[in-house]
Amino acid sequence: MNKNLKVIANGIINENPTFVQLLGMCPTLAVTTSLKNGIGMGLSATAVLVASNVLISLLRKLIPEKVRIAAYIVIIATFVTIIDLLLKAFLPSLADQLGIFIPLIVVNCIILARAEAFASKNTVGKSALDGLGMGLGFTCALILISAVREFLGAGTLFDIKVYGDIITPPAIVTMAPGGFIVLGSLIALINHIAAKRKAGDK
Amino acid sequence: MEYLSLIIGALFTQNFVMVKFLGICPFLGVSKKINTAAGMGMAVTFVMAVASAITYLVNLILGSRFEYLQTIVFILIIAGLVQFVEMFVKKSMPSLYNALGIYLPLITTNCAVLGVALLNVQNGYDFIQSVLYGTFAALGFTMAIVIFAGIRENIDEADIPKSFRGFPIALVTAGLMAIAFMGFSGFSI
Repeated sequence: MNKNLKVIANGIINENPTFVQLLGMCPTLAVTTSLKNGIGMGLSATAVLVASNVLISLLRKLIPEKVRIAAYIVIIATFVTIIDLLLKAFLPSLADQLGIFIPLIVVNCIILARAEAFASKNTVGKSALDGLGMGLGFTCALILISAVREFLGAGTLFDIKVYGDIITPPAIVTMAPGGFIVLGSLIALINHIAAKRKAGDK
Repeated sequence: MEYLSLIIGALFTQNFVMVKFLGICPFLGVSKKINTAAGMGMAVTFVMAVASAITYLVNLILGSRFEYLQTIVFILIIAGLVQFVEMFVKKSMPSLYNALGIYLPLITTNCAVLGVALLNVQNGYDFIQSVLYGTFAALGFTMAIVIFAGIRENIDEADIPKSFRGFPIALVTAGLMAIAFMGFSGFSI
């Protein structure tokens, strides 16, 4: 496989930030009530992740070791503010739905973790790819979770009715408890599949 | 009366962890033992109460003209505060410092702290309301994490299907707790 593709695939599958590294749980649980929100959040975080990875990688030799975390946070917060203002200007309904969780991308551990673990040690190109891979991994995870929650809890997908008329969908799945239980079950399912594949390899 | 309903809301009906999904990382990460969970809760409570007060005052200075600087300024204030708490805990309670480990500096990235600062501004709270909301939201967080740690200590002894061990069962437990917290919804004074 191509080397660059490998870096991206690593973020999406092998080191998926949500399902494998279990980072960034707050937005994962809070915004996955519908597919639209999940995708919006995933892509916003991806944009911030790529931009901050690139800038931090560019500045990695200039930032003193001792104040690096503070410097990273300021860089990330700047990009988040840009995304926040852009969303408010061009996608006001999505910005309304995501609400406080857009500025809270600043404290999404995935972004700081990649800055510290990857961008501060690697070249600009590699860091951009890593940001893209991790961001897409996060987005894919959000899509999966929000698809399950929207389908089970509202009987719709992308706001289009799937089965809502036949039986009343259990709304609790889109509420707080459903978020915890769906995510827990999905991680268990992935663990199960991973364990089976490992047993098959032997 | 107004303050009382604010307190009840922050503690129960709008509990940060169980209803608003803020502060999930430490909630899942530092909830293996009741003692560490309580210590984490105290540290977060201190940071959130002080952060609410300082961010309220700083926001007055920022005004509407520099509103776009809110996120950046708030996170820097919080980072400074956490550094201070870290030095304090390291000196005065070294055992707690070791138990909390990486999660102590990570309070900076606890979304409950930045969340409460932003919510205070969004809801237009005055100084007293901001501090009360910050303190009691943090106590609500502490309550949830301590209860959760109590349950998890017992789960360790249960026979759980292999793929559910560790994180998944913790999440399902949190889900059941969230159902219990839903019982508070609609509760007001």
